[in-house]
Amino acid sequence: MAKIIFNRKIASNIYHLKIEGKFEGSRGQFYMLRGWDGYHPVLSRPFSIFDLDSQSISFIYQVIGEGTRLLSKLKKEDTIQIFGPYGKGFPPAKGNVALIGGGMGLAPLYLTARELKVDNKVELVDIYLGFKEKAFLTDCFEKVAHKLIIDIGGLISQKVNVNLYDYVFACGPEEMMKAIVKQKKEQKTQIFISLERRMGCGLGACLSCTCQTSKGNKLTCQDGPVFRGEEIFFA
Amino acid sequence: MHNNLQVKFGPLLFKNPVVAASGTFGTGYQQHFDLSQLGGICSKGLTLEPKAGNKGIRIWETASGIMNSIGLENIGIKSYLKQELPILRDLKVRIIVNVSGATIEEYIKIVSLIPEEVDLIELNISCPNVQEGGLLFGMTSQTARELVREVRKVTKLPLMVKLSPNTDDLVKIAQSCEEEGADGLSLINTFKAMAVDLDQRKPVFDNVYAGLSGPAIKPIALRMVHEVCQKVSIPVMGIGGICNGRDALEFIMVGATCIQVGTANFMNPAVCLQIIEEMDRYLKKEGIHSLEEIRGIIK
Repeated sequence: MAKIIFNRKIASNIYHLKIEGKFEGSRGQFYMLRGWDGYHPVLSRPFSIFDLDSQSISFIYQVIGEGTRLLSKLKKEDTIQIFGPYGKGFPPAKGNVALIGGGMGLAPLYLTARELKVDNKVELVDIYLGFKEKAFLTDCFEKVAHKLIIDIGGLISQKVNVNLYDYVFACGPEEMMKAIVKQKKEQKTQIFISLERRMGCGLGACLSCTCQTSKGNKLTCQDGPVFRGEEIFFA
Repeated sequence: MHNNLQVKFGPLLFKNPVVAASGTFGTGYQQHFDLSQLGGICSKGLTLEPKAGNKGIRIWETASGIMNSIGLENIGIKSYLKQELPILRDLKVRIIVNVSGATIEEYIKIVSLIPEEVDLIELNISCPNVQEGGLLFGMTSQTARELVREVRKVTKLPLMVKLSPNTDDLVKIAQSCEEEGADGLSLINTFKAMAVDLDQRKPVFDNVYAGLSGPAIKPIALRMVHEVCQKVSIPVMGIGGICNGRDALEFIMVGATCIQVGTANFMNPAVCLQIIEEMDRYLKKEGIHSLEEIRGIIK
């Protein structure tokens, strides 16, 4: 059981949850959160690490169903169960890096950007964020980006040229990630994407989150959620 | 070690009766507790050849339960024996290998491949999600009988048959398995169920039906284990929505020797360990020295 520092609404239906404690984890990994007692909902909910330091961990989530609705009711000092870190996150990068987030796909990119910004192998970190209606957390990303490009209502994938970068890390709707992978022409550009799938256990046991790749079936929770973009057969 | 929790399941001694159910557990859980504390671990449902599993949504929640339609995705028995069995062997827990097939011949082939270092074979005749899941054999006592008879001939390993609740003939099927030489039974597998996507006006699952598990099915599972335990003398592993020590003890009281934990592993990855500790606490509090004192006390 961990204690909640805050659970703040940052946009319509979108919350920033900060939990007290020293947690493990690296960029692009996720935790399973359970903010309710008893057996309904049965499954805990997977969320990418938004940020992490020696005293806390935080997550960004959108209220979609019953699990996130219950999460959104939690207040400061309430307790929550948190299991993780799970999965494989974003790899080391060097040179010029682009981070591309579509909607809630921005969640794993903040810690990533924060780390890359102070990585002396990395020349620059450009961040591209696409939103459907209204932007959020942009001031936060502004601080860790060399250049922050925002799109509202359009397609963020059309605002980026991935071939200008050595590394591209993307997370968002499958259509967005597919379009980004398709853009790649330069051999040097390495694209990694973070997939979202309905999950049961988060630990590679239930096989609910299988995704199809050029290397056969892979588990989003254990082999991913971060994969090489070219390997994924998008849904 | 909790000596009061030791149980004998047919020819096998288990250090405790808590077994991780097929398809709900793996070595990934080592991140949360020392797996050698478990009574046993059932493998994912294995088939002769690797299977890619079902397309579309594979897991869906309902009130106090989940439905799954994984479709027996697995790496195939040969890869399992090569890659996963050696890891499990080092854990010193009872290793239970869960196998399925579409035909008697397939079951015979797969069972013949299982080496002696495996403690117990769990013959799955109850997966509702694919044809190869053996449910065909789990629906009537005649088909179950034929299958167990043929499989019994090709292995000396202890053999347990995992039964389906999706039949009117559960007790008869259980008795047939016993008569044909099964060393034990595990029950029950998931209930055939359905979910509808109201917005799209279609079934949630590509396969239309899926298997329901979790706390929602526990009272029915308990009744079924009770019914079967009244009528067979081979040991039973009770399965169905077990989430805590009390649930586990209820299954023991209606006659189960061991219990399997499935869906609850998804709610709390260390739940098996908690169940062991809760059972131990209960026994100490009640002054019970062995589970035998309470097993089947509810007639």
